[in-house]
Amino acid sequence: MLMKYLMGKNEDIPPGTASIFFSFSAIVWFIIGTGLGSFNAAKLAFPDWVTGFEFFAFGKMRQVHVMAVIFGWISMAFAAAMMYITPALGNTKLWSEKLGVWSCMNWNIGLAVGLFTLWMGMTSGREYSDFIYPIDLILLFGVLIPVALNVWMTIAKRRTQGIYTTNWFFAASIFMLLIVLLVGNLPEYFHLTGLTEAYLTWWNAHNILGLWITPVAAAIAYYTIPKITGNPLYSHRIGHLHFWSIVIFYSTPAAHHLMSAPLPEWLKSFASVEGVLILVPAIAFVSNILLTLQGKWNMFVENIEIRFTVTGVLLAIPLNMQGGFQQTRSINWYIHGTGWIVAHAHLALLGFSTFIEVAAVYYGLQVLMKRKLYSLALANFHFWMLLIGFSIYWIAMTIAGLIQGAGKIYEVPYIDIVVAEHPYMIARWFGGTLVFLGNCVWLYNMYMTAREGTPVPAGRMVHELAYER
Amino acid sequence: MAFREYRIGAVMFGAALSLSMFITLVVPSFNIFSVGSTALALEKQLTYGFNSGWNPDDMFLTGANKPLKVLLKQDPQTDAVMEPVHAYVFPANARFPSGILHPKVLGAGSDVLSVEQGKINEASEAQGAVFLVRSGEHNGKAYPYIENVSATRGWSPDAVLKVAGDANTSHAGAGKTIFVREGCWWCHTLLPEQTQDFQYFGAPPYLGDFNGESPTTFGSDRKAPDLLHVGSRNSSKEWMMMHFFNPRLVQPHSIMPRFDYLWGKTDANGDQIDYAAWRKEFVEYRNGERVTPPEVPNYRSDSEIRYLIDFVLNLK
Repeated sequence: MLMKYLMGKNEDIPPGTASIFFSFSAIVWFIIGTGLGSFNAAKLAFPDWVTGFEFFAFGKMRQVHVMAVIFGWISMAFAAAMMYITPALGNTKLWSEKLGVWSCMNWNIGLAVGLFTLWMGMTSGREYSDFIYPIDLILLFGVLIPVALNVWMTIAKRRTQGIYTTNWFFAASIFMLLIVLLVGNLPEYFHLTGLTEAYLTWWNAHNILGLWITPVAAAIAYYTIPKITGNPLYSHRIGHLHFWSIVIFYSTPAAHHLMSAPLPEWLKSFASVEGVLILVPAIAFVSNILLTLQGKWNMFVENIEIRFTVTGVLLAIPLNMQGGFQQTRSINWYIHGTGWIVAHAHLALLGFSTFIEVAAVYYGLQVLMKRKLYSLALANFHFWMLLIGFSIYWIAMTIAGLIQGAGKIYEVPYIDIVVAEHPYMIARWFGGTLVFLGNCVWLYNMYMTAREGTPVPAGRMVHELAYER
Repeated sequence: MAFREYRIGAVMFGAALSLSMFITLVVPSFNIFSVGSTALALEKQLTYGFNSGWNPDDMFLTGANKPLKVLLKQDPQTDAVMEPVHAYVFPANARFPSGILHPKVLGAGSDVLSVEQGKINEASEAQGAVFLVRSGEHNGKAYPYIENVSATRGWSPDAVLKVAGDANTSHAGAGKTIFVREGCWWCHTLLPEQTQDFQYFGAPPYLGDFNGESPTTFGSDRKAPDLLHVGSRNSSKEWMMMHFFNPRLVQPHSIMPRFDYLWGKTDANGDQIDYAAWRKEFVEYRNGERVTPPEVPNYRSDSEIRYLIDFVLNLK
């Protein structure tokens, strides 16, 4: 079937094919990514658990987990959402389904090769840009530029007059991602060294989060909440505020990741002030979404997509409160480089953005396959495994981070910190494993939806139908 | 194009993003570019060579084509005893670091001295070269600079390596590649923090300590002690050997992975290392069935663990 679509004419490919391919790929990468995370966490709790295999060493697998989750799960779920939501909002078809299917195949192959090379120890040695630069270039030109082209052309060829908030974000974020990856990898292309390399590493890492993951996840919520509740977006003006403050404020605080490094002091102070200002887009986004829900809060209980999305939006509150303030000098000296930051990173990626994307994949797959969700019970199970697993992880790592911070400032011998953290390392492994198991159930549920889900009658929307199991 | 009515928005978006790029990239780049090297930065780039991460010269990160740091006690030409110096030997075809290829990277003062007095632009990668870190004066101010002793004194890489001998040769450059490949920096930072850490991990690095180094591998997620000055805290090769082979030998609560596989198949005598037997005996020792732990095999002088230990001990 894949070959038929790859080689066939664009007109012969059913609308939504690219998005369906992307959705299932994303779920599989999510299982791989969280499985690797669980494995790595076990190694931190029980260091002699798997020994004797060079390639199962923690140092060779940690980055594979991070890159699988960011570029496999999160970014592919974004691509799936873009290929479904952009045409839906433009009242048109995707510009090219064939290009979309090709990008999906290139993405899976490029990412698999990239993760394999990383696993074999071929790394640039730069966090979040660990891939060797030939892989970066393959992903950039073989995957992201085609996806961007599809999104931009679909918006340009839309059959509506205006462009809705979600599509501003999609079009702008993927443009910014291309710029970030091009500029952020300059040290590898041109062998830039020293502080330039260190700063660009974190400029790249910060902006992947700030200009790609955060705004695209928010954009998805701007679509799913009004679409499923039937309420119009509370305020387009606040949407404007959100969009412009992301572009202006969120693109500047990269240096706050290096507050204790010898960078120019003005740059750190500037980044720190700008870092607090990310509360502007954050508050605009959360208030806009929660106010859109007025009168429909029953759906938070009754509808699985709304529950996932709103949980993600609610998790954005602690996320941004932490994010805005933990990078100021007065707090950063305590928690920098500790498990607190690891907890914060998982709050952003596994809490806020993942919950919103899971909802988008649930909803998008049902709409595109015209099938009602196979089992609400399994979806509920998935939700609680994700939420409980994530909460255990987040709380454990936050406590571990505070212990590490205290140990750091009181100059405790490091091994005592390791001993004190041990129970939290076990809790982190347990929480991560729950997330992994929940995702396996999710894949089964979506597979069964494709096969056995009740067909949605023409003219009906998915969320109007009652759940059956 | 239906983007027409969004022209103002698109222009504003471009302007906002460009302004952000200008402030976060262009302005700091002037600032960072003007940072002059400390002597440590010169030593580091001469120790680590061109790049310690993936690069076309070392695709599988084995530590190939890296310089060697030797402690020289005799003049390689006359064999006369001299004040010991550290010399950085680039065998033929080892890539030079950025500071040699582009002296501007060294910063004002050091670049002029390195070219005029150090003759670094006469060094050739094809033939190899030997460098020293020296200090000199330029316009009345003191700067560290690099001297290409192959040009100024005629020392050849082979002669320097021969007179120094294996015991005085450090593979710290290849060791940093192993450090990057094995992901040591996912837990061990190389960045004592500015507001604390002085007492336990030593002083934080200076602004000019990084010119020419790539990757800098500061690390972000400290799950283990900072290593920037580890060679000053603990300079025992035997302790390092035991710790890398199985960290639980010297620190029962350690969560560090074992790096025994870096020994390779054979030990220093060329005998096969029986890892399975070793692990079995270690488990017996841990369970109290043996009084002493099994012996850690001596490593071959060209093994990856030698490179890594040389790198760690060189972090002063």
